[in-house]
Amino acid sequence: MSNLPSWVEGYAVRQAAAGVPAWLAETRKRAMERFADEGWPTAKLEAWRHTSLQALQQQAFAAPAEAKAVAPYGQADSGLWMVFVDGHFAPQLSRLGTLPQGVQLRSLHQALAESPDALQQAFGAETDGASPAALNLALAADGAVLQLERGAVLEDMLHLVFIAATAGAASFPRNLVVAGPGARATVVEHYIGQGGEANLTNTVTRLRLDQDANVTHLKLQNEDLQAFHLGSIDAVQARGSVFNSHSMSFGARLARHDISTDFTGEHCESLLNGLYYVNGKRHVDHHTFIRHSQPFCTSREYYRGVLDDTARGVFGGRIFVAPGADKTDAVQRSDSLLLSRLARADARPELEIYADDVKCAHGATVGQLDETSLFYLCSRGLDEAHARHVLTYAFAAAAISRIESDALRNQVIGAIRALAPAELGDL
Amino acid sequence: MLSIKDLHASIDEKSILRGLNLDVKPGEVHAIMGPNGAGKSTLSQVLAGRENYNVTKGTVDWDGQDLLAMPIEERARSGLFLAFQYPIEIPGVSNAYFLRAAVNAARRHQGLPELDAMDFIKLAKAEMKSVGMRDEFLYRSVNEGFSGGEKKRNEVLQMILLQPRLAILDETDSGLDIDALKVVADGVNRMRSPERSMIVITHYQRLLDYIVPDFVHVLAGGRIVRSGGRELALELEEHGYSWVMEGGKDQKGAAA
Repeated sequence: MSNLPSWVEGYAVRQAAAGVPAWLAETRKRAMERFADEGWPTAKLEAWRHTSLQALQQQAFAAPAEAKAVAPYGQADSGLWMVFVDGHFAPQLSRLGTLPQGVQLRSLHQALAESPDALQQAFGAETDGASPAALNLALAADGAVLQLERGAVLEDMLHLVFIAATAGAASFPRNLVVAGPGARATVVEHYIGQGGEANLTNTVTRLRLDQDANVTHLKLQNEDLQAFHLGSIDAVQARGSVFNSHSMSFGARLARHDISTDFTGEHCESLLNGLYYVNGKRHVDHHTFIRHSQPFCTSREYYRGVLDDTARGVFGGRIFVAPGADKTDAVQRSDSLLLSRLARADARPELEIYADDVKCAHGATVGQLDETSLFYLCSRGLDEAHARHVLTYAFAAAAISRIESDALRNQVIGAIRALAPAELGDL
Repeated sequence: MLSIKDLHASIDEKSILRGLNLDVKPGEVHAIMGPNGAGKSTLSQVLAGRENYNVTKGTVDWDGQDLLAMPIEERARSGLFLAFQYPIEIPGVSNAYFLRAAVNAARRHQGLPELDAMDFIKLAKAEMKSVGMRDEFLYRSVNEGFSGGEKKRNEVLQMILLQPRLAILDETDSGLDIDALKVVADGVNRMRSPERSMIVITHYQRLLDYIVPDFVHVLAGGRIVRSGGRELALELEEHGYSWVMEGGKDQKGAAA
């Protein structure tokens, strides 16, 4: 925990700042205490058994010294763009335009300065999640706050871009999405590295969906290949709400994603869709938790991983069906494609069912490219490397096709194309 | 063009081809008939380069080149085409991409400029019409959810687009109704030319009513046991395979 002293400094400064409400100072203090007590999660914890943070702990991370100039990102596409550099909102790089009626979008920094008490419920508690989430709560200085009133619709996609610009810096973004009854929005988080060295991003996104709200969330994790990425996405869904989550994880030497949703009302729907690619010695871990607290809710969970070289992928999927949550309909699948004999994939479903009348199905596969399909492609003149790329893409395509929006799907395809050789062309 | 001599091949230690001889000259259409398990599909797969099969003896000369030493894709690029008995479904890859990648691999080999997406689509649509495929099949995943007949049409479409020098049709007639059979046969017949050869593998003589071969061979027990003109197919139809296998001791004319 060599980093803690330097982080505590920033924390102390924030705590001492004028105008910090008591509840926030108290929550942050308890969160810091929790992290100081627990430290980083270790392999002794079941949910962290396959993911060691030792390399992270040996690394010293700096606080970014000054605002860095960064290359523009994504601005060619339509939509709202909110750019954060080393965790801090950069208005000059952002494009917010005019927001529709009933939609409020601010940086967390601004929102805490303007109306902190209104955020108390959305902000979260120090007991949420694992210890990195508590550390985020203690240290989070900025992020995006999106609030939609009853029936408000944000037609444009909101893109949140988090750029790790300073080499070796740590950042702790915290994003809050509050969707009122019947509100709709699509939020895309991009994580990219321009620092070229081991950064740490410890991020938390919290979403509250009121009755019949509909939120699509996509996270495109494209950090530098030396970076550490720890992220939590936690949703709470009221009756009739729909939450679609897409976790696209391609970068970072170590990425851990904790994604959860809690059905607190009946007739909720949720899709947790995931796609990851790791090569070299990299490591990616997804842990999901779907809490079926109420009856008549539907969850669909599909994770696909492509692993090459000596990389490792972990999927832990927990589904909890509370007593009385009858007519629960849950499907969970994890499919991994190993491109190398030394790559390794672990998948662990965990179903806890305390209701009688439920449909819960789960399955996991770990496999290699199909020899017959390879033969077919080669017999049409494609060389073996090309054929392998085509079939690997085809495996990933199943996850991409679950992204409903064409524009969003094309962005993900663009990110994948950047990983693949040019010969794949317009596949 | 293609000269197979004393070919022996096995899979999982089980010997399937046991001394097969066949000579195919430019422009010739050879039909290979035979009972189930005779080795018909093994022959086509070995020629295309499937690695599951072990060639234990024999040679295959392909225009002066050792075919068996060539990688799968090189065989394809040099003009050898296999229409699969069971075409493979590849979910997630559009037929348009697949077809264009195949055509451009062949064009690169021939030193021709590659076709871009627009030019290719134009070409493909025209040819699809000729085999009775709707445009939408370009944008669907390769063979995914295609009916048996649609898959076979897609194989014939690939053959037409690739313009091979030697096409091997492995039971392309199986699972086709008479209308689809005519469309497929029509596509094949339009491909016939003095430079292009074909090996038509079939269990039934029905296909040979539409694709009239120059030679008919009967494959049984891993060898060609009888060869003749197209009248041999009619005799087979009349008497069944047991007739040939009983009298199939002499292998003269196998290298017709």
